[in-house]
Amino acid sequence: MEAYPKFYLYQRLVQSKLFIDNHFADPINLNDIADEANFSKFHFIRLFKKTYEKTPHQYLIYVRIEKAKDLLKTMALVSEVCSAVGFDSVSSFTDLFKRLVGQTPSAYQIHQHTIKLDIIRTPLKYVPNCFAEQHGWTKSVPVEVY
Amino acid sequence: MIFVHTKQGNTMITKMNHVSIFVLNQDSALDFYVNKLGFKVHTDAAMGPGARWLTVTPPEQPDLEITLMAISEGMMFKKEAAEQMLELVKKGTFGFGVFQCNDLLATYEELKAKGVVFTKPPKKEFYGFEALFKDDSGNWFSLGEKSK
Repeated sequence: MEAYPKFYLYQRLVQSKLFIDNHFADPINLNDIADEANFSKFHFIRLFKKTYEKTPHQYLIYVRIEKAKDLLKTMALVSEVCSAVGFDSVSSFTDLFKRLVGQTPSAYQIHQHTIKLDIIRTPLKYVPNCFAEQHGWTKSVPVEVY
Repeated sequence: MIFVHTKQGNTMITKMNHVSIFVLNQDSALDFYVNKLGFKVHTDAAMGPGARWLTVTPPEQPDLEITLMAISEGMMFKKEAAEQMLELVKKGTFGFGVFQCNDLLATYEELKAKGVVFTKPPKKEFYGFEALFKDDSGNWFSLGEKSK
């Protein structure tokens, strides 16, 4: 690693990313993160984007939407998910979610719930037959439970 | 010599959509691949008592399902074969593939911070920039960087 003088730079950059990963629900001030990592704001944004192909703000939005997708799979209320991932307004959360995911949070939740139920009812549909036969599941697992 | 382009090219194998990794414990593997490597759960299906079909996908490759396959005695493995397989996985016998990231140094630092064990830190080799890490079962992987 001695051959790479950017070693410590990367450690600081990764700490910034992990800070966003762990505090995405809080009101994050990107200036504070840059300061904490001893970067100038300009240098921080440039290096972050070069490394992760997103600006810190774009990455924060990405993490919030991905977490929202996870939470919506648990049948939590959309308003609860909205505040749990750091958005103040349900309407702005819904607009952004729809723009990035292609469905409203409610539609996404219904779609995911439908898939989940289908996996429970007909699990063999989701397993390549060669694996199912190898495990003996084609004989033991019902094709249609309900 | 004349090469004739035929339609056969369109009907050959076009991609891989499932690959299996044998793991010691599916719960632990799920935690490793999702919470440490950042993969997504694709299918988590109960297949009867003690049996589970569990697949994950790399974040930018949602159509490649990586099956986290439990090693247990059954139709797939006889008792002796299952025991041998468990021992081989624990010994780190199997290298299952090469993962790719955008920036190897950044990914190396992040995965290390999350507790991933590297057996080789990033190093410039004649074939590229590479690091090696192990999953929670002992399977090893190469980690390379996308060409910039």
